[in-house]
Amino acid sequence: MKIIVLVKQVPGTDSVKLDPVTGVMVRTGKDTIINPLDENALAEAIRIKNTYPDVKITAVSMGPISAMKAIKEAIAMGADDGVLVSGREFAGSDTIATAKVIAAAIKKTGDFDMILCGERATDGETGQTAAMIAHYLGVPAQTYVSALEVLEDGVIVKRTVESGFERVQVTFPVLVSVNKDISDTGFPTLDGKLKAKKVEVPMLGNAELGFDKSELGLTGSPTRVVKIFSPKLSRDTIMVKANATMQPIDELMSFLVQKDVL
Amino acid sequence: MSMYVNCSIAEAKNLSEFKGVFILGEQRDGKIQAVTFELLTWGRGIADDLGCELACVLLGDEIENLDEVILRGADKVFFIQDPIFKNFLTQPYSNAITRLVNEEKPEVIIAGATTTGRTVMPLVAAKTNTGLTADCTELTVDPDTKLLLQTRPAIGGNIMATIKTPDTRPQMATVRPRSAKQSPVDTSRTGQIIVKNYAGATTMTVEKFLEFIIDTTQAVSIEEADIIIAGGKGMKNAAGFKLIEELAELMGAAVGATRDAVELGWSTYPHQVGLSGKTVSPKLIIAAGIAGKIQFLAGMQTSDVIVAINKDPEAQIFKVADFGIVGDVFEVMPMLIETVKKIKASA
Ligand SMILES: Cc1cc2nc3c(=O)[nH]c(=O)nc-3n(C[C@H](O)[C@H](O)[C@H](O)COP(=O)(O)OP(=O)(O)OC[C@H]3O[C@@H](n4cnc5c(N)ncnc54)[C@H](O)[C@@H]3O)c2cc1C
Ligand SMILES: Nc1ncnc2c1ncn2[C@@H]1O[C@H](COP(=O)(O)O)[C@@H](O)[C@H]1O
Repeated sequence: MKIIVLVKQVPGTDSVKLDPVTGVMVRTGKDTIINPLDENALAEAIRIKNTYPDVKITAVSMGPISAMKAIKEAIAMGADDGVLVSGREFAGSDTIATAKVIAAAIKKTGDFDMILCGERATDGETGQTAAMIAHYLGVPAQTYVSALEVLEDGVIVKRTVESGFERVQVTFPVLVSVNKDISDTGFPTLDGKLKAKKVEVPMLGNAELGFDKSELGLTGSPTRVVKIFSPKLSRDTIMVKANATMQPIDELMSFLVQKDVL
Repeated sequence: MSMYVNCSIAEAKNLSEFKGVFILGEQRDGKIQAVTFELLTWGRGIADDLGCELACVLLGDEIENLDEVILRGADKVFFIQDPIFKNFLTQPYSNAITRLVNEEKPEVIIAGATTTGRTVMPLVAAKTNTGLTADCTELTVDPDTKLLLQTRPAIGGNIMATIKTPDTRPQMATVRPRSAKQSPVDTSRTGQIIVKNYAGATTMTVEKFLEFIIDTTQAVSIEEADIIIAGGKGMKNAAGFKLIEELAELMGAAVGATRDAVELGWSTYPHQVGLSGKTVSPKLIIAAGIAGKIQFLAGMQTSDVIVAINKDPEAQIFKVADFGIVGDVFEVMPMLIETVKKIKASA
């Protein structure tokens, strides 16, 4: 069985601070990490590999050359190999344009049974790319998956939805986007680290994928950002100190009544 | 496996052919879900600004009270009816919606940023080769260009971005549940219900729906709740976190938790609010024992009224709070619970 895991490189949010005055995020480091939910997807792939020995895991990432780091990390954690999709033409792509490129790159790597990826990334937070990739590959997308059971010819997924869970059975090939409940993220192993050093990770650029330039980057993106602004973060806060009396609570209650929320 | 579809967005689409606003309603067990009525509020406003019709699209087998959608603002209902649509399945849903979009050519489509909307809309966008903006908190019509301006939080909620889809149609967006009030019933309204039967290729799928399991711990779903009581590491332990649950139950509220509280096992992931959890926007959220780290704030700072209880007066949560109580949660929460009990008893 061949599993593709999509790993997106995102800014490490641990080093992000909030400017209390402007409400803007200040990146204090240049560190990048694998999108946390993609690590969960990778962990699930590894769990499956541990149960079914003939599983091969390929990590695919689209991004600048530095995204190689994400692929090497994925290999260190247990992926067998990887593919980096990189090229200047791809910069500025919105989700549709990104999905087309990633789908084309996956096609290049041959047949697969399952694509595992995160339900959304912490940077763009659109959570759209996965389903779009599924479309361009002509496979069904199962989203928000918190548990997965491998069958002979497909999988049963448990989707976490608004008021409960849905169980859906689907045949291979399939794309599955996961949430945090799926499998706990793992750690790099010594073997994996050695392998990550040795393995040659091929790069795919537009020379290999052959898109018309008009389909890529900004020109290939139907959406346009027209304005960026800071939301008003600080509110006019009424502050009270708790004391042994009921007075602060009473004040809160009348505030809530006045705001029409009780 | 099917063919890789490769067509360019530059392909000229006759934009003026596209008219009308669609909203994508949702049903479960044949009952129209509240998010549908919020979408009607958005849709009605946009349709009025554009001077066009508003249609509500619903997929299902049997659906109760279809008329209500008209009374709440739709001019038309497209009811795509088939047993396969009883439950959400990505292939039949996205195929059927795409088919309707190709037949009717709406200018704008709005869906909820729910698990369903956020799954099916990317598929429809890809199939119709147009843009989609996820998770909007505001939609307006540009008075000059008549384009839909789609505003959404980005980078962990620290920046708002306004996005448009100038050259392709439909213009598509998902909007956060609770970002608008439910459209009220107006019994004088009339409209048309059009039943679509798409049996055949459209309904074919390799997916099989097995079952829906209600999550009893999500008696009130956090994304749809009017009120959320959220707890963090300051609740000390699982027993302390029970105070959150107790107040929530009393107030008919949903329970929210920080990542730390979930990781410590005091609550479960469906309750996690924040960057790697759910984005919520209730009328009221009470945050107790929560520091207010940026990743948490990203998931809740658009809430209408924010109340914070923290013993540290410098805690960042107070920056976004409308009402802050500096104090020990183990003192304040029991008092709050008592007060709510009293109010309920006297009501
Ligand atoms: C990529 C990434 C994604 C993340 N996603 C999320 C996410 O989705 N959601 C999320 O919540 N976090 C997320 N985090 C983690 C986030 O950075 C914080 O670690 C987390 O929100 C802190 O949770 P907390 O406020 O419960 O705990 P703490 O930071 O430990 O804060 C506890 C607070 O309780 C107060 N307190 C303690 N005792 C008492 C008492 N007796 N009475 C009153 N107050 C008391 C303290 O003053 C303190 O302010 C993410 C982090 C990363 C790196
Ligand atoms: N550039 C990328 N490279 C690899 N995977 C990606 C990329 N963009 C998105 N993905 C995958 O799609 C998921 C959803 O991303 P997003 O739509 O950006 O929220 C991520 O968790 C990744 O698994």
